[in-house]
Amino acid sequence: MTRLPIFSRSTEQALAGWPPPVLDPAGPFASSITVLSWVLFAIGGVILGLVLAALWVALAGPERLRSRLGGTRVIWLAGIALPVVVLTALLIYGLTLTSMLRTPTQPSDIRVRVTGEMWWWRVAYLDQTGRVAMTDANEIHIPVGRTVTVELQSSDVIHSFWVPRLSGKIDMVPGRRNVLRMQADAPGVYAGQCAEYCGGAHALMGFMVVAHRPDDYARLMAGRRRPAPVAGGEAARGAQLFQSNGCGACHRVAGTAANGLAGPDLSHVGSRRTLGAGILPNNRGTMIGWIGDPQSLKPGNRMPAYSMLPGRDLTAIAAYLETLR
Amino acid sequence: MRSETGFDPALYDRFPTREERPAGEMKELERIWCAPKGWQLLTVVNNNYIGAFYVGAAFLFFLLAGVLALVMRVQLAWPLNGILPQETYNQFFTMHGTVMMFLFAVPAVEALGVLLLPQMLAARDLPFPRLSAYAFWAYLIGGLAFFASIFVGLAPDGGWFMYPPYTSTSFSPGINADFWLLGIGFIEISAIAGAIEIIVGVLRTRAPGMSLEKMPIFAWAMLVFAAMIIIGFPAVILGTLLLELERALNWPFFDPTRGGDPLLWQHLFWFFGHPEVYIIFLPAAGLVTMMASALAKTAVVGYRLIVLALVSTGFISFGVWAHHMFTTGMPTLTVGFFSAASMAVSVPAGIQVFSWIATLASGRPRMNTPTLFLVGGIVIFVMGGLTGVMVALVPFDYQAHDSYFIVAHLHYVLIGGMVFPLFAAFYNWTPMMSRRPLSEAMGKWVFWLMFAGMHLTFLPMHVTGLMGMPRRVYTYLPDRDWETTNLLSTIGAGILALGICLFLIDLARNFRFSADENAGNVYGGGTLEWLPTGLYSTRSIPVVRSRDPLWHDPALPEDVEQGRYFLPNSATGLRETIITSPIRAEPEYLQIMPGPSPWPVAAALFTAGFFLLLTVQAYWTGVVSGIIAILCLLRWLWDTDRPVREPQVDIGAGIMAPTYVTGPRSHGWWAMMVLLTVIGMIFLMACFSYLYLYGVHPRLWIAPPDAAWLIPILLAYGAGFGLAWLGRRLLRRDKTRLWTPGVLLMAGGGGSILAFAIDFLSWRGHGLSPDASGQGATVYAFLSLQGLLVAILFIMTCYMAARNSRGLINRPADNSYDLVYLFAAYTAAQGLVSALLTRLFPGSLL
Repeated sequence: MTRLPIFSRSTEQALAGWPPPVLDPAGPFASSITVLSWVLFAIGGVILGLVLAALWVALAGPERLRSRLGGTRVIWLAGIALPVVVLTALLIYGLTLTSMLRTPTQPSDIRVRVTGEMWWWRVAYLDQTGRVAMTDANEIHIPVGRTVTVELQSSDVIHSFWVPRLSGKIDMVPGRRNVLRMQADAPGVYAGQCAEYCGGAHALMGFMVVAHRPDDYARLMAGRRRPAPVAGGEAARGAQLFQSNGCGACHRVAGTAANGLAGPDLSHVGSRRTLGAGILPNNRGTMIGWIGDPQSLKPGNRMPAYSMLPGRDLTAIAAYLETLR
Repeated sequence: MRSETGFDPALYDRFPTREERPAGEMKELERIWCAPKGWQLLTVVNNNYIGAFYVGAAFLFFLLAGVLALVMRVQLAWPLNGILPQETYNQFFTMHGTVMMFLFAVPAVEALGVLLLPQMLAARDLPFPRLSAYAFWAYLIGGLAFFASIFVGLAPDGGWFMYPPYTSTSFSPGINADFWLLGIGFIEISAIAGAIEIIVGVLRTRAPGMSLEKMPIFAWAMLVFAAMIIIGFPAVILGTLLLELERALNWPFFDPTRGGDPLLWQHLFWFFGHPEVYIIFLPAAGLVTMMASALAKTAVVGYRLIVLALVSTGFISFGVWAHHMFTTGMPTLTVGFFSAASMAVSVPAGIQVFSWIATLASGRPRMNTPTLFLVGGIVIFVMGGLTGVMVALVPFDYQAHDSYFIVAHLHYVLIGGMVFPLFAAFYNWTPMMSRRPLSEAMGKWVFWLMFAGMHLTFLPMHVTGLMGMPRRVYTYLPDRDWETTNLLSTIGAGILALGICLFLIDLARNFRFSADENAGNVYGGGTLEWLPTGLYSTRSIPVVRSRDPLWHDPALPEDVEQGRYFLPNSATGLRETIITSPIRAEPEYLQIMPGPSPWPVAAALFTAGFFLLLTVQAYWTGVVSGIIAILCLLRWLWDTDRPVREPQVDIGAGIMAPTYVTGPRSHGWWAMMVLLTVIGMIFLMACFSYLYLYGVHPRLWIAPPDAAWLIPILLAYGAGFGLAWLGRRLLRRDKTRLWTPGVLLMAGGGGSILAFAIDFLSWRGHGLSPDASGQGATVYAFLSLQGLLVAILFIMTCYMAARNSRGLINRPADNSYDLVYLFAAYTAAQGLVSALLTRLFPGSLL
């Protein structure tokens, strides 16, 4: 039986998640929206207080106050003048901020192209000329303190790219290319999720943005450009099984014969923090489970089950994938 | 004193009359208006019954969609819960939204209009009782069949806004999406029928003397509501039509690989979808205004400002649709415009809120159940409005959009703006139609449970959204810290449901339907619906001299009941009501109304059959069902438009009024004009789609056929209109042969058919295929719309020829003839414009 989580939780656990990501920004784009949010909450709170007070007076207040409230003057003041003033100010603030957030890509930006797929993320790192320099899936690595331009597109239905602590969201619309700018000021892992309903397993379409210190980032990228070390032992058998079972028809592993494009690029799958687009921690057990029965973990996804393989074969394949870092 | 129609307002001073009315008049009225009994009740058309059925059906769908929500809340109570599998959950949230919006909210307010408007306006009934009956039955049958799809796993799963390309055949190959497109497309027809009824009802059947200035606010709200349906619904009707064409015939309206664009759907959908929110809210706001005034026993404070607010909301709401699309990557300037408009629309809302508060403050509000729901609704609505302003700001929307923050926002707006006012209205108006009022003691429990449950459900959702939880997820992972707020929401939903259950018990214990032996004016309201009534509405129709006639003239109920005002009897021995002028409500003529008939319900049944059979791809049976539906419709019309023997009758105090009026003064003409506005809006949306797709993918477009084709098309449409016009002229001349007008009308229809055929064949011969590009798809969409009009016109002219052959065309003018003539004129005009547009633009640019 499932245990009701809330009854077993301490206050501290219950308050986990506060402040929520939208109010806990990790970069300039998100924090400008956070400031706006607090301004909005404050104004909203004051106006709500005003309305509640007026309602209280209208229903149960002293006669003198009630008679002052009971005329068209209050409509002109509180219903027309006040909103017009407040809304005009907010509109100017909002529009200024909008155009700031939407400033076009700068030459100094890091460029990443993310393509929404049902239900995972195709990631391509672009060089300054816009050519694909490296491909990956479901995880985006960025250096801290640099603005990243994310080019968003979709290969099937509409998705939406959202990392609340780094930026707002922008949709990925088939036939169009949208651009979103984000930046992280501190190293860390930032959760992202598809925000636009895209059918089936929309709920299970997460990803990670990992921000590194500049030198770590440079090291990581350089390491990835080197060919993967040749696997030995069990992993070597896994590599063979990977080829013989046709995994390469859908998945690409850089530097090998596997060059399928239908599924996520696995060239660096061993270093990923999660599997199945953000839904499982990445370890040998979950990898075996995923290959053997992906449909029960993420119903409707395109990966066929390899439950016909004996357990030791699955283990070998998982061991091989672990070496792809 | 000025006059609108030549009616002398001094004549109003004859009322109340002094002399005794003859005995037996009352019995006669009761006999004429009595409702059929037993199974015959299915043929009832009177607004008291249809209105009550309608409200009941809408409430049933509210409960059904509520149960879906409750199950979803249980699924989301904790992470990775397994009560609802993924596909079922996706169907549940789609159905919850769709049913709440299309089968509950819009029909519920429309139902209140059908139920309350004739009473508030002191009309005997709405002007087209059979149309109301048809709209109700179509809605009930279609709605139930649509809902049943969830029990067999065929319910749509694309979300209530059904964004393609997910809902295209590539990603949704099953018939689930077709259930939505055809089911909802069909129910929209019933909404439009209701809107026509309400516009004509409000503008033409008000009690004499009830100028626009004295009209109850609810009538104003319903007028704006109906006008917004007329303008807004055509967008979604066209959208569903295009998406269904894409699914069935592979015409690429929304497919970006072949010159379509998924965002076209979003524009069409939200051009309807956002006004939809105000379509739901405005009538409820009208009810709140009236109840605030009645419960505080004081006149509405700021009546004119409220009217201004209602009308301006209607206008502005059509300029805000793209705020649902801020994250789609629209240009900054566009985004700025829609942001500004979205904020502007909160000013009229502010006017209404503070007018309610001022009204409550200027009177003596009693804290009874209706007042509680009223005040609770205001609080909830204000909170939803404030978050609405937040999401109108683009940067904030970048974070909040498609998250649980939006889920919270929209439920605050709709529950505070519509559901709580509706419950207030249930308590407030039950005494008008039930022998007993609802229980005050239980009502307070219902209120507090619902109020507390509502906040506990939706207040934490704001935080859940800020924590990053997107909407429409069937589950979530344990490591995101979303457990606490989700569990609170689920508990809240249970409490809310408990309150609604208690309401049902109250309803079962105390609600006893009765139009004539009702509990009466227990809350002491001042408007006309609180006059003593029967199925004929009021015994006599009062002269209205103020906004709250019952407060101004305490003798009014007695005078009305004793027949001392207009129409104390049935002047012709038939069902009838007074048609008044649109601005000052001066009596113009007596409308003879139809009584019970089995044909509206039969027509509704077979119309529903047509759409549902198409959905399950039983095409031939579907077509047969459609033909039967048309025959039922024609059969019901056949008895109508028959003048009575007396051309003028005494409608009270010796005032004489005609019984048969044709031309622009007649209510039929008005209804046809409204219908043509709807068709015109559908066409306008098609023009928008055409130009939009050209703007997105111009290079796929080819040059149109030779412009010389326009000459025969123009001539044939010209002949189509000209012959119908000539027939109408000849009708006035006594010497014309009897059959000439009918023949001319048919020949005119033939002209339009010919023009359409030339248009169609020239495109076919030109080699443009409908599945080739956005151009092909939209050009053939124009042709399909035109083909539909021409086919309807053909049926109409055959019907008129049949009437002609039976000598049923009246001279010197005939209403049926006028209406077909109007339709013929419109068909020719639309055909011409679409031929010109598709051939001249962007023809010269290519």
